[in-house]
Amino acid sequence: MAQPSYEIKTDQMILNFGPQHPATHGTLRIVLELDGEVVKKAEPHIGYLHSGFEKLGEYKTYNQWITLSDRMNYLSSLANNIGFAEAVEQLIGIEIPERAKYIRTILAELTRIADHMVWVGTHALDIGAFTAFLYAFEAREHLYNLFEHVCGARLTTSYTRIGGLMRDVPEDFEDMVKWFLGYFPNTLKELHGLLTRNRIWMDRTRGVGYLSREDAINCGVTGPVLRGSGVAYDVRRNFPYLIYDRLDFEIPVCDDGDVYSRYLVRMEELVQSMRIVEQALKDLPDGPVNYFDHKYTLPEKEKVYDTIEGLIHHFKNIMPGHGFNVPEGDIYVATEAPNGELGFYIVSDGTNKAYRLRVRPPSFVNYSCFDKMVRGNLVADVVAVLGSLNIIAGELDR
Amino acid sequence: MDFETIKKRISEKFPSVEFEEFRNQLSARINKADLLDFMKFLKEDKDLHFDYLTDITGVDYLKMEREPRFDVVYHLYSFKNNVRLRVKCGVPEDDLDVPSLTPLWGAANWLEREAFEMFGFNFVGHPDLRRLLLPDVFDGFPLRKDYPLRGRGERDVILDLK
Repeated sequence: MAQPSYEIKTDQMILNFGPQHPATHGTLRIVLELDGEVVKKAEPHIGYLHSGFEKLGEYKTYNQWITLSDRMNYLSSLANNIGFAEAVEQLIGIEIPERAKYIRTILAELTRIADHMVWVGTHALDIGAFTAFLYAFEAREHLYNLFEHVCGARLTTSYTRIGGLMRDVPEDFEDMVKWFLGYFPNTLKELHGLLTRNRIWMDRTRGVGYLSREDAINCGVTGPVLRGSGVAYDVRRNFPYLIYDRLDFEIPVCDDGDVYSRYLVRMEELVQSMRIVEQALKDLPDGPVNYFDHKYTLPEKEKVYDTIEGLIHHFKNIMPGHGFNVPEGDIYVATEAPNGELGFYIVSDGTNKAYRLRVRPPSFVNYSCFDKMVRGNLVADVVAVLGSLNIIAGELDR
Repeated sequence: MDFETIKKRISEKFPSVEFEEFRNQLSARINKADLLDFMKFLKEDKDLHFDYLTDITGVDYLKMEREPRFDVVYHLYSFKNNVRLRVKCGVPEDDLDVPSLTPLWGAANWLEREAFEMFGFNFVGHPDLRRLLLPDVFDGFPLRKDYPLRGRGERDVILDLK
């Protein structure tokens, strides 16, 4: 009798993943070429949320474009606001007051925590761990309440203005942040308890979506993906902006280059963000939050009503076709958004609108090496890798 | 490594490169014929070691009335020296061929595809130069200055699809 063959014959198959799929968190489409359950090739098709923000940047004044920056990475809109405002301020050559710098830093780090909470919740949910989602979203809810208290909106914050902030933080801001700092370590502990040494979690994430150090540099990835591959590059440390050069914090790095190491890096970043918020809150100075020259920033309401200069400045800032002019030249300014390096390349022709506004989104570049990460893994791992990159479609497509 | 050293090191090898400093950022302008060699030199040189490609984009200078009409703009970063460099390369309207950087950096793949669909640069040597964000049937290059914000564009494409 002939020995039966136990080798399973498999066919090449094309699988359409998305554009609407619960695990894509937005409209992404991936065309997977499969051999059995093994991914042979993954081809992302993007652009479903393309909204032409770069083109609109050429038609809107700088302050108007801030509202559009919210819509890019809608989970960390404050980080986008801050990144854009920093870029324009450097192009003009103005320095914002100390208090504004501190508030921006605190909010940038709180946004990082909020973004990472969405990431860890949905990432775990995709892989099948439901409970972590509940803890993560509770913490996020507290943060969004805080943002709402500060900016008046939960998602579309639009909190920065060129030269400062929309308004000063409310009186009980410090208490709210302090309360959150006391509350959050417990959430973090719960999350570590649920996931970090969880056997299923480790099996699903370790060795999956491997990206070597060389590939990571070659593909230009940034943020936790790059640091998860063992490269200690963080814009906050390498090109300090705001007050990051005065703060004591560490850049977590993990060498394994898989989904698990990106998870560990992000979890450690949460601790570092808390440290930063704590330090910044401790020395939060008093004073104005807007640049003194009201050519660029709105004057206080009392000045508008009581003085002719204030009135003129107010109208010059508000009226269509006016607004401040920005010196001719070009600049590239990057900030560390929760997903990686968020860069703005602005070319100015000396008018009140950008001549060319280029956004270098972290998600776009991180996602471009997706094929490299999932090749040879199983179909179920595609979701794990997608979760570890934390792709936000609004930012990917702009 | 400060800007003077970088300038000196580059000028030794590529004397035609023009430098520009604005707001403490260094840009180098290179002509199109030398672009690939220049990038290779920047990447592989032991002192400069600009081994990280951050961004590729284009600028259309139509309204600023400048020759050549387009610029391709590259942003490089060196892990070794912790310094950024911007490389600009002029592209005239009648010759949109630009050498592709995909042999040097994997990151160039999608970034060049985006620059292609937005400005129409033809990246010679790119393995897969298709539209990325826009539909395949899209006509026109939206980030060019003569492409209007509204009007032409989407409507024509939808008619074609019928």
